[in-house]
Amino acid sequence: MNGFDSGMPIYIQVINKLKEQMALGVLKPGDKMPSSRELAIEYSINPNTAARVYREMELMELCYTKRGLGTFVTEDKETVNSIKEKMAKEYTEQFIFSMKSLGYEKNEMIKLIGSEGN
Amino acid sequence: MELVKTSNLVKSFGTIRAVDDVSVSLQSGKIYGLLGPNGSGKTTLMRLIAGLFYPTKGSIDILSKKISVESKDSIAYMPTESFFYDYMKIKDVKRFFIDFFRDFDQLKFDELIKKMDLSEDMKITALSSGMNAKLRVAVTMARKAKVYLLDEPLNGIDLIARDAIMSAIIDGANEDNAVVISSHLIDIMENVLDDVIFIRKGKIVINENAEDAREKHGKSIANLYKEVYA
Repeated sequence: MNGFDSGMPIYIQVINKLKEQMALGVLKPGDKMPSSRELAIEYSINPNTAARVYREMELMELCYTKRGLGTFVTEDKETVNSIKEKMAKEYTEQFIFSMKSLGYEKNEMIKLIGSEGN
Repeated sequence: MELVKTSNLVKSFGTIRAVDDVSVSLQSGKIYGLLGPNGSGKTTLMRLIAGLFYPTKGSIDILSKKISVESKDSIAYMPTESFFYDYMKIKDVKRFFIDFFRDFDQLKFDELIKKMDLSEDMKITALSSGMNAKLRVAVTMARKAKVYLLDEPLNGIDLIARDAIMSAIIDGANEDNAVVISSHLIDIMENVLDDVIFIRKGKIVINENAEDAREKHGKSIANLYKEVYA
């Protein structure tokens, strides 16, 4: 699996992908995460980079390690929800930005969403 | 731990210096990319470390000892071209390697060929170039060596086979060994490498941590490569 951006460090890009999975509920609070070796193989990244992904995610308190058992998604639902909210906010900002560049006003956007959304 | 050290290594063929004053150190726990266009000296450097060429000048230490016949036990070298006899089936190749290398792990080999969708009864002559490449990687990574030297493992390989090959390489890398992969397909390799070694006309031009290089130069290794060799 490739499709990484060139400028951004790879470990940050993998963290973002894992955060997305947590926000989507693919990875649920308390779930066991793949071992860093499995993660390396899955994303075709260096095993040391994969280990760094988990180190950084632990510092962000997104996951924790049980000695000898592996790495687990944090059980704190608040943290997981806040990932979702933060990402939703980002996507909304992106959407508004793109629509503004097309000359749309806020009420027109809302109307459009209303007619599309179901 | 330092597994390989070359000091001012030179290999000349007539008037051509294929490897020119190369001093590198290979540490355990790392995956190295030996990067450069065709004819830059990648294969010659690998063959020197594998003990298949005798240096014109300079020295090579393997596991802190001068390179010798014994050091071949610690080094698994995969040439870029096929090296199997045509009359063989995959199971004959397996037997051949069991005879030749004390560190050849049969179970590991069985596991690898299964993952690569190969089977023991396939004939060498019936393998596609992608299947042959997968088999070469499998026999090499099935050894329990300290240093793996893989010369262009992705050359002429389709996308699906590439994934199988990269997985086998990543799976084989651990804290106790070093893996060196030569390639000019930088974009595919980029995310797998700890360190990048750029070689041009036999000389090392860049030798640094891949992530550091990305940050320092503010661009991908693939783009850095284009800049160095343009």
